[in-house]
This record gives sequence, C-alpha cells and structure tokens, in this order.
Amino acid sequence: MKFDTPAGQNPIDQLKVVGRATDRIDGPLKTTGTAPYAYERHDVVPNQAYGYILGAAIAKGRIRSMDVASAKAASGVLGIVSALDYPPLPKSKMNIATLFGGPVVEHYHQAIALVVAETFEQARAAAAMIHVDYTRAPGKFDLEALAPTAPLEPADSGEGSKAPKIDRFGDFDGAFASAPVKLDQHYTTPGHSHSMMEPFASIAAWNGDKLTVWTSNQMIAWAKRDLATTLSMSPDNLRIDSPFIGGGFGGKLFVRVDMPLAALGAKLVGRPVKIAMQRPLITNNATHRPATIQRIRIGTDRAGNITAIAHESTSGNLPDGKPETAVAQTKLLYAGANRMTLMRLAVMDLPEGNAMRAPGEAPGLMALEMAMDEMAEKLGMDPIEFRIINDTQVDPEKPERKFSQRQLVQCLRDGAQRFGWNARKAKPASVRDGQWLVGMGVAAGFRNNMLTKSGARVLLDGKGIVTVETDMTDIGTGTYTIIAQTAAEMMGVGLDKVVVKLGDSDFPASSGSGGQWGANNSTAGVYAACVKLREQVAQKLGFNATDVEFADGHVRSGNRSRPLGDAAKSATLSAEDFIEYGDLGKEYQQSTFAGHFVEVGVNAYTGETRIRRMLAVCAAGRILNPKSARSQVIGAMTMGAGAALMEELAVDKRFGFFVNHDLASYEVPVHADIPHQEVVFLDEVDPISSPMKAKGVGELGICGVAAAVANAVYNATGVRVRDYPVTLDKHLAKLPVIA
Amino acid sequence: MRPFTYSRASSPAEAAAEVARTPGAKFIAGGTNLLDLMKLEIEVPTHLVDVGHLGLDKIEATPDGGLRIGALVTNSDAASDARVRRDYGVLSRAIVAGASGQLRNKATTAGNLLQRTRCPYFYDTNQPCNKRQPGSGCAAIGGYSRQLGIIGTSDKCIATYPGDMAVAMRVLDTTVETVNPAGQTRSIPMADFHRLWGETPQIETALAPGEMITAVTLPKPLGGTHIYHKVRDRASYAYALVSVAAVIQRDGSGQVAIGGIAPKPWRVASADAAMASGSKPVAAALLAGAKPTHDNAYKVPLVERTLAAVMAEAKA
Repeated sequence: MKFDTPAGQNPIDQLKVVGRATDRIDGPLKTTGTAPYAYERHDVVPNQAYGYILGAAIAKGRIRSMDVASAKAASGVLGIVSALDYPPLPKSKMNIATLFGGPVVEHYHQAIALVVAETFEQARAAAAMIHVDYTRAPGKFDLEALAPTAPLEPADSGEGSKAPKIDRFGDFDGAFASAPVKLDQHYTTPGHSHSMMEPFASIAAWNGDKLTVWTSNQMIAWAKRDLATTLSMSPDNLRIDSPFIGGGFGGKLFVRVDMPLAALGAKLVGRPVKIAMQRPLITNNATHRPATIQRIRIGTDRAGNITAIAHESTSGNLPDGKPETAVAQTKLLYAGANRMTLMRLAVMDLPEGNAMRAPGEAPGLMALEMAMDEMAEKLGMDPIEFRIINDTQVDPEKPERKFSQRQLVQCLRDGAQRFGWNARKAKPASVRDGQWLVGMGVAAGFRNNMLTKSGARVLLDGKGIVTVETDMTDIGTGTYTIIAQTAAEMMGVGLDKVVVKLGDSDFPASSGSGGQWGANNSTAGVYAACVKLREQVAQKLGFNATDVEFADGHVRSGNRSRPLGDAAKSATLSAEDFIEYGDLGKEYQQSTFAGHFVEVGVNAYTGETRIRRMLAVCAAGRILNPKSARSQVIGAMTMGAGAALMEELAVDKRFGFFVNHDLASYEVPVHADIPHQEVVFLDEVDPISSPMKAKGVGELGICGVAAAVANAVYNATGVRVRDYPVTLDKHLAKLPVIA
Repeated sequence: MRPFTYSRASSPAEAAAEVARTPGAKFIAGGTNLLDLMKLEIEVPTHLVDVGHLGLDKIEATPDGGLRIGALVTNSDAASDARVRRDYGVLSRAIVAGASGQLRNKATTAGNLLQRTRCPYFYDTNQPCNKRQPGSGCAAIGGYSRQLGIIGTSDKCIATYPGDMAVAMRVLDTTVETVNPAGQTRSIPMADFHRLWGETPQIETALAPGEMITAVTLPKPLGGTHIYHKVRDRASYAYALVSVAAVIQRDGSGQVAIGGIAPKPWRVASADAAMASGSKPVAAALLAGAKPTHDNAYKVPLVERTLAAVMAEAKA
C-alpha cells in the first residue's frame, strides 16, 4: 500500500480497540519470567557451549602476540577464536569500528578473542589465562583539546535527525550583530551509555552453511543484511530471531560483536555457542552517545522575537564515524529570519559513537533549551511566553512547508496550568523549604516523525484466529500490544483472537524499532496487510468488498452476516503487504512536541539535587495505546533525569577509555530519584503521518527533559551550570553561604 | 574466576587456623563483595573457609551497658535491631544508607568492615594498581578521581574505604573482637582497624594473617542526637561522595567521623573538641593536610557544608 494522500476515514477510526489503554498482551510472559530472551533460549537448539569475550587492554595499537596455550588446555575449553587467526571482518554499512579480527586495536575493550567452553565459568576462567602483548600507539582522547581544529562535517543520524556541515539562512552574522538583546554561550554534554538491562546476547548454530542466530536486536532486516556482510555469507543462508529484547535504546540497532563471534565460535567447535557480553565490557566495546561541545547564539528584538539563531556542535568519533547531530532541531523548533547551524567532527580513538535514544535532539536540546531559558531571563520574560512568541507553524527555512500538526504552544500552556507554573518565582533562589532550595524549570520537547517502509503478513484460520507475522521488534515498548490492537480493530475481533509473532527474519521485513518510528510504521504495515486480508475474506464469503463491515467476530454486508472464521474454513487465508510512503513527508514537516515541567529541590548545604515532580504534556498524533505510551514517556523522562543529574562516561584522557564501565560507577536514576511523574497526551490525530494517524513518543519523552531539570536547578539556586551533568561539585562553591 | 576449594569451619579458632595454614585462603560469609571481586579475578583465593554457620549471628548486651554484634549478623538485622535503633541510631542509619535491601540481607557485619575500595582503576584489571598488584603503579593518580580520597592517601594509592557502617562505628568508638589461629582473642579499636595506605596499600586492616573477626562491641550509649548524612549524586544505591556520622549533645559538643574521603573512617580528636564551635573549625581540624586532586577538590568544601547541615539538623 502506498500512502501518498492524507488519510481519510478508515476502520482504525472506530477506536474500539486502538487508542484504548490496554495491558501488554505479553505482560504475563514477562512477569512470570517465561518470555524467551536471547541468552535463555535453551530449547531452540541442544548442546549449547558458552563463549566469553576477551577485550583489548589498550585503546590504540597492535597486538604483538597472544599466548592462548594455557587457556586452550584449561578445563572444559573447546576452542579459542583469536583475532590473530582472522582477517578483520568486513565492516557492514552500519558499523564504524571493526568488530573483530586482525592485530590492530582501534579502541579499548575491542574484542580480541572468544573462549568457548562447556560452562560459562570455564570460559571465563580460561579467558583470564590468555596473555597478550601489545604495542601501544598514541591516541586522541580529549575532545576539548581537539575541538578548535575539528573540521566541518555533515551527518544524517539515520534516526530522523540530520544536518549539513554548515547551513545558512538569511544573514545570521548581521542580524546577530545588530540584535539589541543577545546570548552567546557554550554548553557541554558528556558521553552516555545505553545501560540497558539485557546485555548484548546471541546464540549461533550452524546447519551446513545455514546459520541461525537467536539474539537481541532492534532491527532484524538490518541485522540479517549486516551480519551476512560481516561473515561474508549470503543473507539467504541466515536467519535472525529476536522475539524479546530487554532494552536497546539504540545500542542494539546494529550488529555487535556477540553475533559474529557466536557464529565463528560455533563454526570452530562444531556446536552451537551462546554469548552474553560481560557488563564491564559493554561500555567500551559497544557504542555510546558521543559527548558534545556546543555553542548557541540567539539574538532578539526587545520584545523577544528571535531575529538570529545559531547552533554549533563539535563531537568526536572514530575514523569514518559521524558527528552527533545536536544542531538538527534548531533548524525547525523556533522562528527567526536569520539562522545558522554547523557541526564539527574530531577524529578520535575512543570507542564508537552512535545512536542512543533521540540521537541529535537529546543532547542538542540539553543545550538549546537551556539557552532559551537564559535568553528569557535576559529579556525579563517568562520562559514559556518566550517560547510561545517564537513558535512557528512552518519550516522556518521553507515557509511553504507546514508542520502536519504542531501543538507545542498547547503543550506548554496546558502543562503550565496543570503544573502550577504560576507559582514559580522568576527570581532564582527565592524559594526555600527547610534545607532545600526549590525551583521549577520548563523546556520544549521536539523530535521528528520518520516514515519508513514496513511489511507484515496476516493469517486467518477457520476458528477466526488472526495471526500477525512481521520481523518487527518489541524492545519493551509495547509493540506486541499495539500490533494486536491494530489487527483486532481491522478484522473486527477481540484481542483474545489475535496472535502476534515478531522478530523473526523469515517474516516480512518491517520498520524495526528505532528513531521512535516503530509504532506508527509497523502498525501501518499491519493495517496494509489487513486491508488485503479483508478483501480476501469478503471475496471468500461472496460479499461486496465496498460495503463490508468487520465487527464482533463477524463479517456483515447489507443484511447478511457470517462468522469471520467461515472465510477460512477450507484453508487458512494469508495476506501480505507493506506500507510505503509518497511525498507527504516532503510536503509537510512531521514532528512531535512536548512541554516538560520539572520541580527540583537543591540541598542548600550539600548542593545535591533531587527531583520532586515531573510533567510531560505531549502532542504526537494518535496515541495507539495510552498505557504503553505513558510507560515509554516516563521511562524516557527518567533517562532525561539521568542525563541532567548523573550520567557521564568519564574519559581517561591518558589511556583512552571510559573509566566507569559498569552499573556501579555509571549511575543511572533509581526509584528513589524519581518521586512523581505525570504524562498527558493532547488529543491529536495526524492524517499526514499514515493510515494510523499516529506518530512516535518513545524519544519525544527524553527530548528536553534534561534542560527542564537543569533550568529548575538554576531557578532553585541562581547558579547556572552549563556542563552536564549538573552535579553538586559544579555549583557548590556558588551556592548561598550557610551558617 | 579461578578454581578454588571450599570448606566449612567448625569454630572461629579452627577457621582462623585453616586460613592461616592454607596459602591463598580467605574467609567467606555473605560474599557480597568477595564473590564479585573473584569473578573479575581481582581476588584470587585458592581456598574459601565458610564461617557462616558458627553461631556468630547474635546481638547481645554487654555487662558494661554496651552491645555486642556478632560478626555474622546481617546488615539488615543489625540495622533493624531495637537496641541499635534506640541507642545507636547513627549506626542503624549508616547501614541502611548503604547498598540495597537485598544486599543488606546477605552482607554481614565483619564483611562490611572488610569491603574493598570502589576505585574504578582497582576494578579494571588492565590498569596498574598498587592495591591489586603491589608495585605496578597507581592509574588513579592523574586519572579520573572524582570519587577518590583527599586525605590520608599516599603517592602509592588515593583510594577510599567506601563503606558507611564503619563510619558510624568509628564515631561510636566501637571495638573489633578477633580470634587468631592460636585461639587467642583481642580487641582492636576502630581507630586502629583500618590502615592508611602508605607504602603498602594492599594491606588494608590491622588483622594479622588468619585473624578472624568474631564480633564488634559498642560501648554504652552516648545519648545525644545521632545523625548519618550521606551525600551522593543519586538518591540511593551509590557510594558516598562524603558522609558525616555524628553524635551531638544538647550543648553542641559531640563526636564526628567522615566517610568517603580517606582510606578509613576519618576522625580527628581536635575536630571533636571543636564541635560546639561550628562547622568551619571542625572541618579545618578534620582536613588539615588534605591533598585533594583537581577532580575531587570539591570534597573539601563539601565536608564543611555537610557538617553544617548535620549541626543544623541536630539543633532543629
């Protein structure tokens, strides 16, 4: 189905199932511990051996020699896959660093060997016996030092966020120079780790030249394509299966080393091999959100109308890597006749930087939305009013392009009322509650809506059971449930009559999960397949397809009614289709919006910040399942709180690695950090987005949160911290003197 | 993790003797720290002597009005004991400020005293560490040191003792009871229990080889207001950047120990003497001679400010 004109009335609009707060259909599997996650798939193939990864002990250089003799002879060891025994594996389209093979070390904890043994403990013990001699090479690990000479570089995150290396509209320099009120500030954001609960994990089994990999991956079609490239094999001989994923946040968009190493290990020992990447290895072995150094300049007239806005960002990455697209949202979020963005990329030798939840916008808004707060203060304006007067309903650089829906102003106004924003004191450091300085902050949330092809197959059997098959993934987002809701709505059955099967590369290729594109595109693909199935059903039952109605497990046409299953009495019906998109995405700018509101307490003595309450008001098209959408947003708000207050990959600039590479030292928020969260979705349908009229929310939920927290901290203390995370050491010395 | 053998001791003295005569042997109780370190091969014992069933899990009143807490009493049991909560509130509060409920259910009194540093370079076996591999150097010096020590450190090691419970025990003048391989017992004041790193950061306590902790003894209650104030980046499940354990009397006098800044719970007699004079002189006495790094210089003002918070709370 090609979607190239705005959606009209369609069966989804009935909203009998879609749009209703619905428990996860896979919830019982998860709460009983029976959902099959990759490492625990003991039943899929017998005789599984265990692999343990050895990571490089240096950040850059060469392996001079590797002595595996004692490890090989250790108890239970079946074989050792050594990087020195393999040429560098071909890099897939999505990988920046070489995953495995050859003597060259490109980054710390790069995989250099896999020990395969009968038990996990034996593999781990043997891995520690491998002795490696390295020749260290000097590396570049200090972004701040490299930034002044970093060249300009464009990027498309592939996740809905892109920007050219330099982008000029109007005359920024002239307008900024003559602006009566202006701001010119630098902001920094550190690297972030996805820190998902489930580590990278894979089981690989060969059958002749055919390979099956049970894994944990967000993008099955990419994984199939890219693992085939990595292993120099035909994708036709490869099957990927990933029905449950314990969090990914972008870290599992790509093939990581667990997949090819499990395959190489299985080939070597002639048995299936399973690997879970050890937690201390994940941070430096896999990808992370790169650190940024950003500069923002805003000029306004005296009334607060933006006349000039510029956003520059410098980040680092390995050779052939991309910059973090932190400036992208600044092209679209606020009005202003004179604009400039640019990005610089420093070539560095730290581990690979790549997508993490809302790449680009998440760190970009950390800076931009703090700058907006600072600018509002300079103007003596309320920060909400400052944002509202600079709202735009069109792409500021292409005024003929409207936003398909843009309710940012409503998000901010509605949120202000719900949050009690009028109680905020504009003068910082003026509210005290015992030992605590109390403040409120606001920020806009913005994230684009991506349209991408997505397919599904829908089956109907004689009992009226509807089965959906698609390689779409559920990364904890609730995909199983919204796909079931879509199929139930389309076929006129209850959720109890729908079976959803996901994550298998033998199923039709879908959008996968990333860039908050999964919900809208994957359900639209199911919609398309269901339209075909409805036609087949009507035809089988001899009904006129144009007036047929699917409801209550029956199919009706005129005064005739038959049970749905009757259409498949003789043989199961199967319909397959995909959604693909015309030019609506070019004609309209499709984005999602939020107003984030935060109240914090900052301890007047110690400078510790504790969040008191958070509110997100979101406008993101039709909300397919308000319950799982809320879960997405509260999880994202929690991640934003982490970015604001604690998350930071600490770089050892001498040795070139992230020092805090486990969950004890890379702190993410715990329950005690998040006392009260509220999420509101504004009524919105977006007929430009898809037949579902939905958009994404999972990344919108993090965009702007950290700035709202940091702005609240400023409102509490009067001390502006522009280097994230806002930890106590950065404002302690400037806090009010205490007795 | 390296292969190891395992046995169960039949008495504390026998356990001590077994550890003393077996090269590379260690005691194991709750295992909440040791097992993690073994998996990373930071600890590589050849033999573990399980002391978990020796009846050392009781909390008893002492004849002079104090309280004796067995070495194997879990952190949860110690923190929730009615006598501890009533008479030694700072200890109860310090214990529950640490780790998580699950860990406190498993972790023991003696094990908590012996927990090892959380310096990230100690945890990464690719990095030099004089504590882990004596003589290899210290990667933390000149590296990422935001969490690390500001006083009592040395040019061989700038790690901290990471715990909370011991800080409260230090302020309460607790003694550590031990038995040695010959069956002799002794009492070690908390002041002497943890050592400064000096030239030998791998030696962390006053315990002799094989010497086993059997109990800790709290002297009779001090009265006053008991406060444990732990400062951290997140609200739970994090090691202290700085912590203050204090017992403060109505007249402002009292005693204080600081956690998160040194190889041991940090207490200075002249600081106790200055308690009634306010946070500034107390902090000055505590931190005389401090040598913070660029990353952790904030701990110097933070100690003073946290002391001020504690003193304000005591007055309120």
